[in-house]
Amino acid sequence: MRITRLLMGMPITVEVVESPHPPPLSPSSQRGGADRGEVLASAIEGVFAYFEYVDATFSTYKTTSEITAINEGRLTLAGASPNMQTIFALAEQTKAESFGYFDIAFGGKIDPSGVVKGWAIHNAAQMLWDGGFDNFYVDAGGDVQVSGKNADGENWRVGIRNPFNIEQIVKVLSLSDCGIATSGNTIRGAHIYDPHQPGSFQPEIVSMTVIAPNVYEADRFATAAFAMDRRGIGFIEHLQGFEGYMIDRAGMATLTSGFEAYVA
Amino acid sequence: MRKAVSPQRPYFNQPLKQFALSFFVVATFAAYAIREQLTGGSGTTNAATPTLAANLPQVAAQPAPNSASATHYRDGEYTGDMADAYFGYVQIKAVIQGGRVTDVQFLSYPSDRRTSQRINNYAMPYLKNEAIQVQNANVDIVSGATLTSEAFIQSFGAALQQAGGA
Repeated sequence: MRITRLLMGMPITVEVVESPHPPPLSPSSQRGGADRGEVLASAIEGVFAYFEYVDATFSTYKTTSEITAINEGRLTLAGASPNMQTIFALAEQTKAESFGYFDIAFGGKIDPSGVVKGWAIHNAAQMLWDGGFDNFYVDAGGDVQVSGKNADGENWRVGIRNPFNIEQIVKVLSLSDCGIATSGNTIRGAHIYDPHQPGSFQPEIVSMTVIAPNVYEADRFATAAFAMDRRGIGFIEHLQGFEGYMIDRAGMATLTSGFEAYVA
Repeated sequence: MRKAVSPQRPYFNQPLKQFALSFFVVATFAAYAIREQLTGGSGTTNAATPTLAANLPQVAAQPAPNSASATHYRDGEYTGDMADAYFGYVQIKAVIQGGRVTDVQFLSYPSDRRTSQRINNYAMPYLKNEAIQVQNANVDIVSGATLTSEAFIQSFGAALQQAGGA
């Protein structure tokens, strides 16, 4: 079952493959008389409801969001929700781990979307795992957690989009139980902005794809590595358990040393 | 095309005709060459108005049990702002039918600039390089550069705002 919705300003797709021999239903779902399909549908609904909550809380575009209340000085971090405090802590940690290249403060405002997205996808995947689903992916705007196998019982086939033509792909990967995220240029602010050279960032690279143990790690380090421009691929090379595929303006790609193991 | 022939001076007629013809041939060739350079060669891209086939048909096609999320737009065609994608400008037109997004078109899309063949390896000389190659293979998922999707979102969001969306 695959469902796509437009949330958080991007298409979000959840596909869950039903196993031909599903595990026995949990007592709670049996009580309601629900069959496996209904359980699955309601699990996917739960994932989308979660993304709606994330959007309502962390969207800097919504006047009613918690992050907007913080940015407008109506709320302090100490008085904010536990999830908001978690996100700020994760952003601080990522900033430290990326030599300051990852920074959610931009133009006097806080925009934590660079950690929120991967964190939310990861939590959504956790909801599915907790529900007993093993074979699925959660894709939010091209950042993806893949789990288990696809409908053919094989690894998920993930294409890297051609940054010069969105209808094409330039690499096909075979992935299972990991996260993948691609960072590119943005005009939206913090997320791809070199804090060391304010206002001067004219990157030579156009796309940075990162494969990581999970999508949270992939997303935050893809963002940080992109902000480092050409040096970003070296940063990924030095992270254990991470691989990267960088594309520059001339259409040349640079691969980390273990990347080809994932190429289909 | 500008008129090259002056009826008052018929003796200029023949040379001007020849000049105009050769100018036309040269200009056409030059325009073609420039276009080829900008678009990165024959057949590699039709960047003028690609549609977002990968994502949006699914959005439009799926049933909306939660009708509040996507059904409150006014019908019509809405054009978003030009959004800077560094490479060029992205501009989106959203088509709303029955209160829902049924089509999204790129009115403007940054073209391929592979004219620069500079290969700069100073950062990581030991890492492998390759020229990207378009793949013809089926995939389950696409991980996309946000280069255009961010600009897409901005222009798309502006289009939806005109349609009365949140």
